[in-house]
Amino acid sequence: MDITREDVLRVAELANLELTEAEIATYGAQLASILSYCQKLNELDTTNVEPMAQVLELGGSRLLAGTERTDGTESDAAEAQHARADSPRDAGIIREVIRRAPEAVDARIPYFRVPKVIDR
Amino acid sequence: MSAAPANPTGAVPPSDTNGWTVASILRALESRQISARELTQEFFSRIQRQNPRLNAFLVLSPERAYSQADALDAKIARGEPLPPLAGVPTALKDVLNTRGTETTAGSKILKGYVPPYDATAIERMDRAGAIFLGKTNCDEFAMGSSNENSAYGPVQNPAAPGRVPGGSSGGSAAAVAAGLAVIALGTDTGGSIRQPGALCGIPAMMPTYGRVSRYGLIAFASSLDRIGPFAHTVEDVARAMEVIAGRDPLDATSASHPVPRYTSELQAPVRGLRLGIPAEYFGEGLDAGVRERVEAGIARLQGLGCIPTPIAMRHAPYAIPTYYLIATAEASSNLARFDGVRYGLRVPGATLGEMYQKTRGQGFGAEVKRRIMLGTYALSAGYYDAYYLKAQKVRSLIKQDFDRAFEQVDLILTPTSPVPPFPLGERTADPLAMYLADIYTVTGSLAGVTAISVPCGHVCGTLPVGLQIIGPHFEEGRVLRLARAFEAAGGFVN
Repeated sequence: MDITREDVLRVAELANLELTEAEIATYGAQLASILSYCQKLNELDTTNVEPMAQVLELGGSRLLAGTERTDGTESDAAEAQHARADSPRDAGIIREVIRRAPEAVDARIPYFRVPKVIDR
Repeated sequence: MSAAPANPTGAVPPSDTNGWTVASILRALESRQISARELTQEFFSRIQRQNPRLNAFLVLSPERAYSQADALDAKIARGEPLPPLAGVPTALKDVLNTRGTETTAGSKILKGYVPPYDATAIERMDRAGAIFLGKTNCDEFAMGSSNENSAYGPVQNPAAPGRVPGGSSGGSAAAVAAGLAVIALGTDTGGSIRQPGALCGIPAMMPTYGRVSRYGLIAFASSLDRIGPFAHTVEDVARAMEVIAGRDPLDATSASHPVPRYTSELQAPVRGLRLGIPAEYFGEGLDAGVRERVEAGIARLQGLGCIPTPIAMRHAPYAIPTYYLIATAEASSNLARFDGVRYGLRVPGATLGEMYQKTRGQGFGAEVKRRIMLGTYALSAGYYDAYYLKAQKVRSLIKQDFDRAFEQVDLILTPTSPVPPFPLGERTADPLAMYLADIYTVTGSLAGVTAISVPCGHVCGTLPVGLQIIGPHFEEGRVLRLARAFEAAGGFVN
């Protein structure tokens, strides 16, 4: 298993990580060693095996919206399928979130401040 | 402090209980032998004496603890009935969001972060009357098996100074083992409750996936993460489980199965229970002393009328690579939210991208970056099928091993950790060697089942050994029943 310097840089860019020269070398070697170990999975024939993303059958693919009762409790259908209505509600914490953010403006509509993204 | 009543279970736990259990606290409060405030003071003074040496707590929350204690004392003065965990000094792993108390996940990137809300499990503990002493040290973002990946320094194992407490919930395990808390909450993604429980010599439970709401848990790997309790006694683990388990509309993966009264199942007989012993968990890599203790533990359970039965779990040897591909892939996605925009550390950059890269490059520690890199690689174009998808397929095979085993047996017994607590620094240079510490715990994580680690004596005089009892989905009651019988039969000590 070979991991080149370019592989490491490509992955670091995808992951939005700035790495030092020393880290590039270390991670390259360590990823190669871990991924070689993972080749062990190829000993198993998985041709007819379904991939498992989620261990319990929680009905995630059959989500129903609009089944929440007006008193906030869930209807039996929603309870069985683990869906709640996708209705916005005010958690009442927005000012606190803004106050503790690295850089934000507590205006009438509060917002986080970031470096300029769009030039015009 | 008033004289603490004797441990009601009759067993002598190997950890330092300080005399207190949930039941003895309830009695002491009801009989006005001690107030909740006095008990809280007693635990804070123990923490102040011992934490400089142990580093189990990262931050204390005396303001919240005393306001909880005073509210309870007022209830007692009014003669009102007490909630189930009234006055119980509790430690909380620092990956659980706590309203008003700094929550860092053991990371520099969240230094100073104060959540505006409580995790659901925390809110339930609060309503049950628990007293929140503070937040416990852990491997950064729960990634590690020794607690050495914390940005805030390692934790000492109270049972074995100079050695690791296990991880990632090392601070929670150490706090309970040292008698600095009666109950602690931890989290388990690949063994992070059970393995530190084993290494510190206390009972520690991983509930079934979906049994406890994950809302407010800082996510590591969402298809694997669980929240669960540490305590000195199995009964106290059961009492904590009764409080934290149950459906939560804020976590779509939380299960609506009714929560049984675990404590009333503890006394049921264990005679005739079929205990699966998988050969794959007793092979190469298992310390000879640990093997001997675990086999002695199994013999003790046989003496109680249980029936040990050899079983095969053929895919167990593939669990470590499967786990590390799936967990890191999920982590690489979950940890994308730490970008310097909304909370925690921000390292300025000329562009938004540069700000992201610098913040994450400087804010995350070595192991977290390594896992983000591995997970990103496994999900990236050209490698997805070979690594991530392959691992998801093998996960199905591992779960099928459990499904088949539970057709033949009621519970499965294995060592929790292949080795006793190892010296601090011994495994930090080789990530793969550290990953192998989880070899007996990651299987149950991948299959979504429940398991407890209970103390099973010591090797070399003082080094704790853990016995893992694994049960089918939502059979926490059966797991706890066997654990309680083992404890009552003196199984916790050699």
